[in-house]
Formats: sequence, structure tokens, C-alpha cells
Amino acid sequence: MNLSEKEVRYVADLANLRLSDEEVSRMSHDLGQILTHIEQLNALDTRDVEPMAQVLYSADETATLREDIPHVSVSNADALANADLSGAGYFKVPKVIER
Amino acid sequence: MSLPGAIPSLTISAVRNGLLKKDFSARELAEAVLAYAEAENPKTNAYLTFSRERALKAAAHVDEEIAKGGFVGALAGVPLGVKDVIVTRGLRTTCGSRILENYIPPYDATAVFRLEAEGAVIIGKLNCDEFAMGSSNENSAYGPVRNPRALDRVSGGSSGGSAAAVAQGTAVVTIGSDTGGSIRQPASFCGVVGITPTYGRVSRYGLVAFASSLDHIGPFARNVEDAAIVLHSMAGRDELDSTSAFAPIDDYRALMKHPVKGLKVGLPTEYFDGLNAETGNVIDAAVKQLQNLGCEVREISLPHTKYALSCYYIIATAEASSNLARYDGVRYTIRTTSDTLADMYRNTRGFGFGAEVKRRIMLGTYVLSAGYYDAYYRKAQQVRTLIARDFMQAFENVDAVLAPVSPFPAFKIGEKVDDPLAMYLSDVYTLTGDLSGVPCMSVPCGESPEGLPIGLQIFTKHFDEATMLRIAYNYEQATTK
Repeated sequence: MNLSEKEVRYVADLANLRLSDEEVSRMSHDLGQILTHIEQLNALDTRDVEPMAQVLYSADETATLREDIPHVSVSNADALANADLSGAGYFKVPKVIER
Repeated sequence: MSLPGAIPSLTISAVRNGLLKKDFSARELAEAVLAYAEAENPKTNAYLTFSRERALKAAAHVDEEIAKGGFVGALAGVPLGVKDVIVTRGLRTTCGSRILENYIPPYDATAVFRLEAEGAVIIGKLNCDEFAMGSSNENSAYGPVRNPRALDRVSGGSSGGSAAAVAQGTAVVTIGSDTGGSIRQPASFCGVVGITPTYGRVSRYGLVAFASSLDHIGPFARNVEDAAIVLHSMAGRDELDSTSAFAPIDDYRALMKHPVKGLKVGLPTEYFDGLNAETGNVIDAAVKQLQNLGCEVREISLPHTKYALSCYYIIATAEASSNLARYDGVRYTIRTTSDTLADMYRNTRGFGFGAEVKRRIMLGTYVLSAGYYDAYYRKAQQVRTLIARDFMQAFENVDAVLAPVSPFPAFKIGEKVDDPLAMYLSDVYTLTGDLSGVPCMSVPCGESPEGLPIGLQIFTKHFDEATMLRIAYNYEQATTK
């Protein structure tokens, strides 16, 4: 099975990924091959099986709660240091709202 | 002992003895290891970044403490490398990706913090598959890592640099991460010890997230004892990772020295069917050796093993598609200039991510997209329950499970790069450990006829790292001169 190029472009859009035409065609083959392999799971009857939502947890439900005390966090300058574009203490991005 | 000749075979205890006997200072050792690593690194490409300043500062601190009779930590002066998916404050962390090529983290991972608190000297950051996605280290934006034991072959992945540096002798110990086999497989390929602890045993805080329910941090070393010391130094509850475990940490070094006589070990038939003979023969001999040491060997079944690959590639990619959404050109990545915000996201990600990362983001987005959730993600989580249950049932009858790490030893660079499914199949024996959350490790157990290293995989119950290390240590002591 191949995933159609239309489906690939739709998923790429959901994932915010720009793909070249060549990548779309490659992806349609590769994803198709992997999805075909994955279909083997349908052979398993899992009607009464609980999905594994948590890997393991033996502590009680409130074990991870803590007092709500402020602590030192990453500074504004440190948080912005890796941004491609920032100004006035904020991250800057291309204009979203037109006047 | 004299530097630099001893560098490639240094152990933690040799470093400690050398420092306490004043054979060398921590600073001299750090300088010597950095010089050696910088000179040797072009052969393998294991390191991406060296951290001279940080290393010398840490070493100076160790020397001061020793001079004044102060605290000498378990890793005092030990030159250590860190996989480049684990963040280090002020030290570039690329994740093997072009999208983070300039990223300087503003904080340290908990594992890094704890290792440095024990006196470890971080000498650099290690190459890996991009965002830890791969089985050969060929998916790094900074080039593949070559296997120190055969330079035309892959190091394994994704923690290829972490395994290669230890094998090459350019670090005494390293840390890496394992989501589907990324510690054990390169450890096996490079002939070193690699441990994937129980899920939650080591905090994931500061480990750049790939698949949060599967990600583990663990150590690489040239012997079992060193790996146990590094694991012990990192382990334990961390408030900054709510999935980190409260379970007490055993004294691994003491417990692993107990004899293995009377331990029951299981061989799962599913891991031996279709195994190639050169790997199979080496594993058989290792099992016989443990039998000679008094282990009782039983044949067992882990019946859902064959579904692990499908289960894994749904769960891991689904989680990855969500975790990698944060790399969008705004906060810490490179940015591709565009007129609109939407195009900026798409162009930055399209340019910044490599082929395998895109493939996994696409697969993960697809399986989570409207209408497919139950058919893929929910189904995979149900199958994951069955895979974990297989192990729980096996551990009612045996203390440990033994298996190969990989169906074959290190393959040639370029051999599988065009066939993603074939590459995924090389992880077939390691995925179940991550899916079920049990501790597992690779210990060197011999070589193929061509002289390529082969690892024995050991699984034990959740939080029973002590029994796993005990088997590995006893095996190692019985087989190394």
C-alpha cells in the first residue's frame, strides 16, 4: 500500500512541515510500507485489554504534589538568548494580525 | 600508572587511585584526555563539541577538594562524555540536528547535575542520530559515527558517539539515551557495557524529549562496575520529572558481587528463531558460561514479541510528533525567514529536520489524525500492555531473561540507509525492554568470526538492576583475564 500524495500533503500540513515534491513521493512509499507492516496488529484480539496509559507507577496519587512555593526560574534574558529574533523582552515572529 | 599511555583503558577506580596517590592531578588528567580525544576524534566523529573550559573548572575543583581533604565524589576527576540530546548549561546541545545547531541551553539536565556533583569532569558532547531517531548514527546532521572496532562500519545508534567514545578510549564513561534500543545496540556494536535502567529510575529532566513514555538515560562504560557506579550516581527521584521513581536505590556495586549460583535465567524462544548463526553461537556460549557459574537455564516464551516493532513505531512516532512540535523557529531553533507565521513554521521545520525525523513526525501525525486514533494509537497501547504482561509472567518463573541485543553485528556504513523498514528491524530485540519499562543492558560476550563485537542482553524485573548487574558482573569476571 502507498499513502496517496494528497494524504501525504494533508498530513504534512497538520505537522507544519514543508516537503519538496520529491520528499512527498518518497514519503508516500515509505509511510505506505511501514503502515502495511503495522497492519499486523489487527490480527490480535485486544477487546478486553486495557491500554497502557502509564508505564509503571507504584507511588500514591498525591506523591508528586508539592507546596506551591515560588522558586528561581530561567531569566527573561536567558529564555530569549536562543531566539532568532526578539525585542522588548519578547520573542518576535512575522505579523499575524493585519491592521 | 603514566598518562597518556593509560588513557584508552582507564577505569573509574584507576582514576580514583591515581588521584589519591598523586600520580596525576584531575587537571592533568583532564588536559591529557582532552588532548587525546581531540587528536583521535577525527577517526570516529564521536564528539561534536569539546568543553575544555567546563572540564578544567570541574577538575580544578576536584583537585582543591582532594588537597584540603574534602569531599571526593564517586566520580571525582572522571572524564565523562554526554550524548548531545542531554542539555548542558552554556554548552551547545544540537541533538544531532541542524535545527538546533546554535542552541545553548540555559539549564543542566538532572543527570548531568548529579554526575558533576559526584566530581565527574564533562569533556564534551557526543554525536547521535538526530533527536535520537536511528539505529546506526547515520541520521546525524553532523555525519555518521564510525565504529572504533571497524571504521567502515556503523557505531550503532542512536547513542553512537557515547558507545564509540568509550570503545575508542576518548572518555572513561559516557551517558546516552535509549527509547527503542539506543543504548544497548551501540554498546553491543562497539563492544562496551550499556545500561537502560528501569523507566523512571533516572530523571528525564533535561533529556530532550523524543517519546516521553519510552525515553531513558543510561550509562556506557568499559566494565560493569563503572557502568554501575555511573548509574548509581544518576539514579533516584527528581521533583523536576514527575515520572521519576521513588523506589529506593540498591547498592549495585555490593550486590552485583554476589555469586549467580541458583539464579534462574530464561531464554525466550522468540528471540532465537531466525537469529543468524554467528550471533547465535556467541550467545549460546555465553549462556553456557552462566550455566557453568551455576545459573539454571529455562526455555520461556514472550509470545507478543513479534508485535513489538509495530507497537513501538506507532507509540514512539505519535509521541515524537507531539514533542517535536516545539521546534518552530520561534524560541530556540534556527529560523527560515518567511512572510507569514505559518510559512515560517513550515519552512523552518522543512529545512531544519532531516529525512528520518520528518518520516517519524509524518507517521506520528498520521496515526494520531482524526479518525485513526483508535485503530493505531489505542490499539498499540493495548498491545503494549500485552508485551509488558509477557515479561511479568516470565518473571514469575525466572529471575532474568537473556537474549541477543541485535540480530547481527555492526553493519557497513550506508548498507541500510535507503530502507527504513530494514533499519527498524535491526531493533527487533531491544524494543520490548523500552515498551515494558524493565531494566535491560548489553554486556560484551564475544566476537563474530570477522572480529566484530557481540553483546548479551539481560532483562530483569522493574527496579531489579542489582540482579541484572550481578549476572553481567559475574559473567564478565569469568570471561575476562
